[in-house]
Amino acid sequence: MTRLAGGLIDRSRVLNFTFNGRSYAGHPGDTLASALLANGVRLMGRSFKYHRPRGVVAAGSEEPNALVTLRDGARAEPNTRATGVELFEGLTARSQNHVGPLGFDMLAVNDLLSPFFAAGFYYKTFMWPRAFWEKLYEPAIRRAAGLGALSMQADPDAYEKGFLHCDLLVIGAGPAGLAAALTAARAGARVILADEDFRLGGRLLAESHLLNEAPARQWVAGLEAEFASLPNLRVMRRTTVWGAFDHGVYGAVERVSDHLPTPGEAPRQTLWRITAKRAVLAAGATERHIPFAMNDRPGIMLAGALRAYANRWAACPAKRVAIFTNNDDGHRTALDLAAKGVEIAGVIDPRPDAKPLGPYPVYAGSVVTDTRGRLGLSAIAVTREGQTQWLDAGALGVSGGWNPNVHLASHQRGRPVWDDAQQAFLPGAGIPGQIVAGAAAGKGSTHAALHSGAEAARAALQDLGLTAHLPDLPRAEDGAAPPHPIWHVPGKKRAWVDFQNDVTVKDIKLAHQENLRPVEHLKRWTTLGMATDQGKTANVTAIAVMAELTGQSIAQTGTTIYRPPYTPVSLAVLGGGDTGAHFRPRRLTPSHSWAKAQGAVFVEVGPWLRAQYFPRPGETHWRQAVDREVLATRAGVGLCDVTTLGKVDVQGADAGIFLDRLYANAMASLKVGMVRYGLMLREDGHAYDDGTCARLAEDHYIVTTTTAQAGPVYRHMEFARQCLWPELDVQLISTTDAWAQVSVAGPHARKLLERVVDGFDLSNAAFPFMGCAALTVCGGLRARLFRISFSGELAYELAVPARYGAALMARLVEVGKDLGATPYGTEALGVLRIEKGHAAGNELNGQTTAQMLGMGRMVSAKKDAIGTVMTRREGLMAETRVLVGLQPVDAAQPVTAGAHLFTEGAAQGTATDQGWISSACYSPHLGSMIGLGFLADGAARMGEVILAANPLQRQEVRLRVTSPHFIDPEGGRLRD
Amino acid sequence: MRFSALRVFQQALTGHKGWGPLWRNPDPQPAYDYVIVGGGGHGLATAYYLANTFRQARIAVLERGWLGQGNIGRNTTIIRSNYLLPGNEPFYEFSMKLWEGLEQEFNFNAMVSQRGIVNLIHTDAQRDAYRRRGNAMLLAGADAELLDRDQVRAMIPFLNFDNARFPIKGGLLQRRAGTARHDGVAWGYARGADRAGVDLIQNCEVTGFRIEAGLIRGLETSRGYIGAGKVGVAVAGMTGRVMAMAGMRMPIESHVLQAFVSEGLKPTIPGVITFGAGHFYVSQSDKGGLVFGGDIDGYNSYAQRGNLPVVEDVAEGGMALMPMIGRARLLRIWGGIMDMSMDGSPIIDRTPVEGLYLNAGWCYGGFKATPASGYAFAHLLATDRPHDTAQAYRLDRFARGHVIDEKGMGATPNLH
Amino acid sequence: MLIPHPLLGLRDAQEFTYLGDARLLDRPDGLAPDAAEAFADYVYLRDNPAGLHRELWFHEQGDRSWLVVTRDTVTHEILGAELARDVALARRSK
Repeated sequence: MTRLAGGLIDRSRVLNFTFNGRSYAGHPGDTLASALLANGVRLMGRSFKYHRPRGVVAAGSEEPNALVTLRDGARAEPNTRATGVELFEGLTARSQNHVGPLGFDMLAVNDLLSPFFAAGFYYKTFMWPRAFWEKLYEPAIRRAAGLGALSMQADPDAYEKGFLHCDLLVIGAGPAGLAAALTAARAGARVILADEDFRLGGRLLAESHLLNEAPARQWVAGLEAEFASLPNLRVMRRTTVWGAFDHGVYGAVERVSDHLPTPGEAPRQTLWRITAKRAVLAAGATERHIPFAMNDRPGIMLAGALRAYANRWAACPAKRVAIFTNNDDGHRTALDLAAKGVEIAGVIDPRPDAKPLGPYPVYAGSVVTDTRGRLGLSAIAVTREGQTQWLDAGALGVSGGWNPNVHLASHQRGRPVWDDAQQAFLPGAGIPGQIVAGAAAGKGSTHAALHSGAEAARAALQDLGLTAHLPDLPRAEDGAAPPHPIWHVPGKKRAWVDFQNDVTVKDIKLAHQENLRPVEHLKRWTTLGMATDQGKTANVTAIAVMAELTGQSIAQTGTTIYRPPYTPVSLAVLGGGDTGAHFRPRRLTPSHSWAKAQGAVFVEVGPWLRAQYFPRPGETHWRQAVDREVLATRAGVGLCDVTTLGKVDVQGADAGIFLDRLYANAMASLKVGMVRYGLMLREDGHAYDDGTCARLAEDHYIVTTTTAQAGPVYRHMEFARQCLWPELDVQLISTTDAWAQVSVAGPHARKLLERVVDGFDLSNAAFPFMGCAALTVCGGLRARLFRISFSGELAYELAVPARYGAALMARLVEVGKDLGATPYGTEALGVLRIEKGHAAGNELNGQTTAQMLGMGRMVSAKKDAIGTVMTRREGLMAETRVLVGLQPVDAAQPVTAGAHLFTEGAAQGTATDQGWISSACYSPHLGSMIGLGFLADGAARMGEVILAANPLQRQEVRLRVTSPHFIDPEGGRLRD
Repeated sequence: MRFSALRVFQQALTGHKGWGPLWRNPDPQPAYDYVIVGGGGHGLATAYYLANTFRQARIAVLERGWLGQGNIGRNTTIIRSNYLLPGNEPFYEFSMKLWEGLEQEFNFNAMVSQRGIVNLIHTDAQRDAYRRRGNAMLLAGADAELLDRDQVRAMIPFLNFDNARFPIKGGLLQRRAGTARHDGVAWGYARGADRAGVDLIQNCEVTGFRIEAGLIRGLETSRGYIGAGKVGVAVAGMTGRVMAMAGMRMPIESHVLQAFVSEGLKPTIPGVITFGAGHFYVSQSDKGGLVFGGDIDGYNSYAQRGNLPVVEDVAEGGMALMPMIGRARLLRIWGGIMDMSMDGSPIIDRTPVEGLYLNAGWCYGGFKATPASGYAFAHLLATDRPHDTAQAYRLDRFARGHVIDEKGMGATPNLH
Repeated sequence: MLIPHPLLGLRDAQEFTYLGDARLLDRPDGLAPDAAEAFADYVYLRDNPAGLHRELWFHEQGDRSWLVVTRDTVTHEILGAELARDVALARRSK
């Protein structure tokens, strides 16, 4: 056991957990990493490429090595940083990326072959023979790559999304963030304080510093009490602000239940979209290491992490520890560890004048040049002026200085700026509304962090017109000398820069040698910084090494781009709860409950769920139901809920002029009480949408759109009204949801309607084809009636307020029993309209023109309607494909939508393609399948036999070209 | 130096001392016969084919930053030739055939991997449209297969078949589609061009064109004036800015497309999958990251970064389609500038300025087109005739009404 | 992004649908002799600036106003928003 005294763990309780199946115990307050270290476990994983044994390097979210698969079964969570996992009772974790036991990974053979696996080697080989890439090389590479594995089961937990608004968002609850939150909250501002840790305090928790001569945790405890009393302050622990977006929007994830064995009723995580008027970024700093030969063994850690484990978690990986540092901060680790009774083998400090700050040996002017220990560090080589000696040590803390965490100040592509004095990249142009404070701004001493945090909050509030007073801040240490610039220790062996992706100093040298010198080339050639830590501990060091090689300054070398997220975010929480059946809202028609009671089968139509057909007992195939519905409609009367068609109410003195400009054909001339088919074009002259215009009064039209385009067409109409012709007196409102509309079609349609209308004369003379009227039905229910037909039969569409939709359907079926009133669904609707030759979505696909649809003459050249000018372009005029009907020569043969049309005997290829079949169905009326399609010169080819090629399904069918109107081409039935 | 397994072996034994630079860093010459503006995928490929296939000389590529810094370096690496329209499909199939021999040709492993693409079908109308498209592909000499629901399930069992808002009814499969390592493509072409004598000039920004009497003479750059016989512009999202220097307005808007990669995972997803009812497509890189994307953000942007609503929308699509990816983590989001054309299809053509040629309008689909785009543009530059498969990519097709509108969305670039 | 709706204050851009360059307000006269050329320019050509851009957004999940928003396409900073109807009417009175 390597548990020390003290720490912020609750020793009164024991938490049991397993790692690779072995049982261990820890305490509340532990992370998985601290508990493993306290149990003497140093080896926690394997590296990505060479499968090198690895232990934990850091104590926070920058951890590159200690990645585990947490939990089991469907909750298994690969690539989880052991440093961020709060210990809970029953926790299970497994190491990753090895074949065989962690201690004896078969793939460690890659390490022996490492000379062959230099940066970019795979771009230079595996090319011969060509077929071997997919069959042999790539599968082997893919199996070896990756880290953890997904369970392949659906995530069983719940996720939530939420929106928060505040005056000031404080990111990070270390000394700077705490001071900022305190300052702003006391001033009465709405403040959110978010930190990824489960405890407030940040780095204060990891240090032995005193605040006002007392342990820092006492000051933090006092603040927490005050925070709890401030209703205008929301403290969000376990919350990572991971992205800074436009206009003060921040993405944050709260790990609501990740510290519990299971979430229970709560969500596992919540995605917060925080809209902040101002923000203080107090994200702290990340320590950097100094690459030296064989610097990746378990037990070699960042010095500040070693100190954090000792102070906060009372854990230490070894009894005898060495430190390698180029700055005074490293010495603090030695001091703190010594104070906890850990033996200090020595502090190796390249500064020739380095002095001990306490009772430990210092090796001044020295560097670490090699290490030993297969699965964990056993000794280090210390070299001074060419003289090397070996020191026994089970752990080595390395400190190369600190990199400010500038990520969230750089998410809008402002690059950080190199500061020579501090030897660090500091925030650059930053993000509007955001102030960087504390160590993230290079103000790394506790004193400086506290004061810069308070000042940042004061300035941010002042910007908002609020006055904040700087609080009394505790006395704190204020010593932070910049590090001595030493970026790596030269040597023959490998020295790791990016631990997880196994990028070494040699790889950087090779990139330089091969002229991949810009940092982005360096990154992409070597995969530097592309691991799960996005190079938090590696990138700046690598930039410095490349700068050294090119002779440019670090400032000239520059950084790669900082991109969200700050730390990886689960896809489940980004998706929120909108998954499975809840992926998109589902719209139900007014008659849905009625249709459901009739046993209808439903189908997704855009956002809608519509009745597809109404099977009856004994019908074993959908076609039986559809054929029956079609025949019943053509012979008697059919009923279909057509509410999903868009409806727009158009009113105003200029309504007619307005519609004249919207539709290709004339609308102003429409008589009151009449309906006209309307074709809308896009401004580029292609067909946009079709529907009907009904004129209820001089200044009142009702327009219908297709189901699919109801939203876009309404938007388009508002565009025309507000942006193109604002001077017209016209108002629009969408009434799609307000009116239920039922199609009543078939020779008995009039007879049926006569039984529900309230004394309305439905005779052909009084209410002719294309008539419309407002009336009442069923004894006083207000309604609208349109005599329009999509089926080719005598037909009406009856609209009633939406809440009566189901009742109307039920009533019509009931009173029409003797007439054979039959409800039909979208399938029969489709068959009826194909038989009649009406275009629908498959024909109005955005690529067709009025001319192609056989409606070229509808486009009036006399008026300036949307799309008419561009209709006359040469390319559109030259288009000869037009809508035709298609019937198989052999009635038993299929007609398949999506088949391409060819002249019989012609070669089949792109150049000889003559068109395609857009819609097809079985026509019970004709006793064969039929289709609609677009055929070159189609109008002149009636009766010709052509070939429909469907090579995708190895089908070739001879079809006869016909009129698209298979039913009643003269339209007599409509007008009866 | 020619790359090979033997060479890697030899170098490994001798400490990798023998590897030379992948390309030189030449200073610009006073004048070139051909200047390609833009050192991205299309520009580098153009220079490569101009020098190697069309045997032209005195060629330079001007890149304002580092080679491959544009969309070739930030995309979702998908290659496919599954287009509908006759203006497009033969071109993309030509590109696919070039991909199939690319690595052997330019002696660089760009990890072209034909693991297939499945476009999922959720409605009968979508099946009709995909059948038409699949047939168009076969008629153009490409490969395509129509899968029913059971076949999709056998191939990709982890999709949401049981609780989906939009049930999966089948798929259109192109087996020869897949992915390639995007940077590797840029580097392969760059190295191949350099070896054929092309000057690749980095950190050289074009600041103006010298045009006399309607004829191009050369370019003003941040590294001085460079004379040019012919100038080919291949700058994707920057097309509007660059062509404005020649006094032209373009049928193009620049939009941001975000793309995403997860942490590395053991092999999970075999090929490329596109969700037909949500805005989501995904593949898995050889390194193990799930590489995915969705719609463009939808507003004009040169920022190379996007916003949270689209991030959420894409993740929703992913979770709806593949609920087993929930515990994978998003590692990185990036954004590129898309040259969204007015019909969703590209332009490879001359311009009203004699000697100035344009390659643009790739929307978010330029990566797969890289080989054919370079080849066709080089063909045009060298012969002044469009390549057979690129004849429809005319700049004047908008005014003349010969648009190539795969999606049927009209002149609304953010909907293509 | 947040859009400063002139009537409703700051609204999340997610409530809006984007169309494009506000020059789409300036629809040419379809009956003019040069209509073919004018429409080819109007429908297809764009300035596509890197910098300030006046553009049309529709408050689809809100009050259904079309807005002209002035936004920097490089930084995404929004400098203001007006009702498109007002802008269109003002242009007519000129």
